[in-house]
Amino acid sequence: MKVMVSVKRVVDYNVRIQVKGDGSGVNLDGVKMSMNPFDEIAMEQAVQMKDAGTAEEVIAVTIGPAKAEEQLRSALAFGADRAIHVKTDEEIQPLTAARILAKLFEKEQPKVLLTGKQAIDDDANQTGQMTAALLDLPQATFASAIEFDGDKAKVTREVDSGLETIEVDLPAVITTDLRLNEPRYLKLPDIMKAKKKPIDAMSVEDLGIEEAVKLNVTKTAPPPEREPGVMVEDVNELVSKMKDKGLV
Amino acid sequence: MSLLINPRDLNFLLYDLLEVESFCDWSAFGEHDRATFEAVIDAAYRLAEDGFAGHAARLDANEPTFDGERVHIIPEVAEALAAYIDSGFMGTAFPAEYGGLQMPYTVSQAIASLFTAANIGTAGYPFLTTAAANLLRVVGSEAQKQRYMVPMIEGRFFGTMCLSEPQAGSSLGDIRTRAAPQDDGSYRIVGNKMWISAGEHELSENIVHMVLARIDGASAGTRGISLFVVPKVRVNEDGSLGPGNDIRLAGLNHKMGYRGTVNTVLNFGDNGACEGFLVGEPGRGLAGMFHMMNEARIAVGMGASVLGYSGYLHSLAYARERPQGRPPGQADPESRPVPIIEHADVRRMLLTQKAYVEGALSLCLYCATLVDRLEHGPDVDDRRRLRDLLDILTPIAKAWPSEYGLKANDLGIQVLGGYGYTREYPLERLYRDNRLNPIHEGTNGIQAIDLLGRKVTMNQGRALQVLLREIRGTADRAAADTRIEDHARALGAAVDTVEQVTEALREAADEPARYLANASLYLDLLGRVVIAWMWLRQVQAAQRLDQTTEADFVAGKRQACQFFFRRELPAIEPLAALLIEHDDSALAMQARWF
Repeated sequence: MKVMVSVKRVVDYNVRIQVKGDGSGVNLDGVKMSMNPFDEIAMEQAVQMKDAGTAEEVIAVTIGPAKAEEQLRSALAFGADRAIHVKTDEEIQPLTAARILAKLFEKEQPKVLLTGKQAIDDDANQTGQMTAALLDLPQATFASAIEFDGDKAKVTREVDSGLETIEVDLPAVITTDLRLNEPRYLKLPDIMKAKKKPIDAMSVEDLGIEEAVKLNVTKTAPPPEREPGVMVEDVNELVSKMKDKGLV
Repeated sequence: MSLLINPRDLNFLLYDLLEVESFCDWSAFGEHDRATFEAVIDAAYRLAEDGFAGHAARLDANEPTFDGERVHIIPEVAEALAAYIDSGFMGTAFPAEYGGLQMPYTVSQAIASLFTAANIGTAGYPFLTTAAANLLRVVGSEAQKQRYMVPMIEGRFFGTMCLSEPQAGSSLGDIRTRAAPQDDGSYRIVGNKMWISAGEHELSENIVHMVLARIDGASAGTRGISLFVVPKVRVNEDGSLGPGNDIRLAGLNHKMGYRGTVNTVLNFGDNGACEGFLVGEPGRGLAGMFHMMNEARIAVGMGASVLGYSGYLHSLAYARERPQGRPPGQADPESRPVPIIEHADVRRMLLTQKAYVEGALSLCLYCATLVDRLEHGPDVDDRRRLRDLLDILTPIAKAWPSEYGLKANDLGIQVLGGYGYTREYPLERLYRDNRLNPIHEGTNGIQAIDLLGRKVTMNQGRALQVLLREIRGTADRAAADTRIEDHARALGAAVDTVEQVTEALREAADEPARYLANASLYLDLLGRVVIAWMWLRQVQAAQRLDQTTEADFVAGKRQACQFFFRRELPAIEPLAALLIEHDDSALAMQARWF
C-alpha cells in the first residue's frame, strides 16, 4: 500500500522555550528546530511497514518554510521514498493544515495517512481529526499499536480509561502516540542518500487553498511563578487558611 | 538545552568562524553540503544524548573487571556501540572507497567531541579503533587495509595502539618488545605492553593491535623501532578468523577516571606463537606513528575542551536553577532567595569556564581545519604555511585545553558547591575523566619541550613567524573596528612580547637544559596569546551575525572575549619576565634539597 506521513518542523523538544518580551509569541531566533517527535513515530511506523513489505511507497509531506526541507530530508533519511513540501512562511493553523493534507491525500490516494497525534509546539491535537473529517474517512487517533489486515486496520488507542482497540476501514487517518514505537537513529549513509531523493515543492496557492486564519492569538505568557508554600502548625490553622482563601 | 556542547556555538564555530561549508567546493567533499553536515551532527547529538550519556555514570561506577579469563563490561556499552556502528559513525572521515563517508576531519572531530562529552568511557572504544584504522590508512599496505582496516571501519574489529611498556612510557626509544622475522615474511612478536586502552574485551569479533617493536638486530633508540599489526585472533587470507594469536591479558589498570575504557597490560607471545606483520618500512615505526601524532594530539585537546565544555553547561544549568542566598544589600530574611547565577562571583566562575572552553574548542577545531586544508585543500602553494601553522599549534592545541579544560571542570565543581563534590552530579566524573588529558598522548611537559625545543627552532623559526604573522594580521584588521580596537592593540602587544621572549631565550640556545628549563611557562604564554587570538576572531565572526535576533549570543561572545583579554591575557607579562631572565628556580633546585 501507499503510505503518506505528514511531519512538522517544530522547536526541538530539548529547547527551553522563552516567551517574547511583548507577549506576541515565543522566541524562535537561533533556536534549534526538529521534526515533531510524534511525527517521528509516524515515520517510524511507515518505515517499519516498508521493511515488513506492508507498504510499497512512503511519501513524507510537510507544510512550512523553506527550512522545513531539513525535516523532509530527515524523513527521507528515515526511509521515505519521496517528499512533498508545501511552502509557506505564514503560520498554519490546524484547519488550513487539514485542508492542505486532504488535498494532497486526494491527489496521492494513499491507503493511510499517518501523523503525530499532536505537534509539540502548539499541542493542538486537531489536524489529524480535521483531515479525516474533511475527507470523510475513518480516523483512529492516539495509536499505540497498529495491525493491518487487508482493507482494515486494527488500532489500539490510548484513551483516558486505558487502552481501546478499534477497527477502521482503509483508507484512514491514523495519528500516532508515544508508545507505538521507538524511532530509529538515522544512519549516516541514509542521510547522504536522502539528498538524492526527490522533493516536490509547491505553494499553498498551487493547491487552490486559501490560508484561513480563524484563530487569533491575543497574548502569550509564561506560566505564573509558583508562590512559596506556608508551613502551618496544625489542622485547625490549615482549615482556617483554606477558608480565608475561599477554598472550602 | 544540550548539556554536551551548545549547538548554537558548535554551529557558529564550524560555519561562521571556520567556514567549513566552503570545504564542499573541494573535490574530496563535493558530495556534501552544509545541510548534510548539519544533519549528521544532529544525528550525533541524538545518539550521544540518548544512547551514550545515559549510562556514563553507571559505567564509571561499574568499571570493567577481569575474572582471570574474561573482561566484563556492563551491557549498555555494547548496545551503545552497536547503535554507533549501525548508524555509520565509525567511518565518518574515511574515504568512500573503503566504505567511509569521506567527511572533513573537522566535521568528524565535531561529531567525536559530542560522544566524548556524553560518555568518554564508551566512546574510547570506537575512537581507538578509528585511530588504528587511520594509521593503517596512512602507512599500511593495500592488503593490510583490506584485511584489518576495512573490518574496523565496518565496526567488526576494534583497534588499539600499543606503544608504552612498563619500563618505557614517554621515552619510546627504550621499548624492548621484539619482532623475529619468519620465513613467510611475518614476525614473531614477544614483549609486554602497558596502558593499552581497549586491549581486551568482547565487544568486537577481533582486536587489531598496532604494536611498536624492535626487529631482531635493529639499532637501539628510536631508529630501531618498527610498526606491526598484530591481531588478537589471526585473520585468514579470505578474511575469516583463524586461531588465537597468543596475546594474554596480564591485568587491568585501575584508573582515576575514563574508567569505562578498559585499560590493560598485555603480554605478546608468551608461548612464542604471536604473529605480527610489518607495517611500512623497518625502522620507520615511530615516523609512521608521528604522522598521526598531530591528529591524535588535536583529538586530545578536543576531548579536554569538550569535557570542560560539558561541565560548564552542567554548572550553568545548575546555577540558573539553584536558589540560594540573597543579593548583597538585601537584609530581609523573608525575601526570596535568588538563583546563584545572580551572584557576581558565580558568574565569574561561569564566565571563566566559558572563556576557557569555547576558546579551547575553537582552537582545536581551527587546527582540524588545517588538517583538512593540508590534505584536501585546493591551494597547493599554501601548504607550507598550513603545515607550519599546524606544526606549531599542535602542542598548544594538546596542552592548553587539557590544562584549562580541567581548570574549567574544577570551577564547575565549585559552582555546585557540596553537590559538585558528590557522585550524584556529573562534575566530579568529568573532572576525573579530564584529568587524563594533560598526561596522555605526550604529557604537557613533553608538549612544552616539543614546542620550544623543536617547533619554535625548526627552519630558523619559520613556523613561529608564520603563526605570529597570522595573529598580527587579525590584530591589524581588528584595529580598524572601534568596538574591538582595544583588544586588537593588546593582541598586537602580546605578539611583541612573544617575539621579545623568544629572542631572549635564543641566547641560551647552546645550553639545552637552560633553554628548555621554563618550556612550560613558554607554552602557557604562547597558549594564552593564541587563545586570545581565537577569541578576537570569534568576536569578529559574531559581529557578522544578525545583531538583533542573536543579540544575547553575540553579547556573550563579546563578554567572554573581554574577560579573556582583561583577566587572562595580561598574565603573559609575569611569565615573560621569568622567561626573559632565564629564571632558574626549578633548574637550580637540587634533587637532594627536597
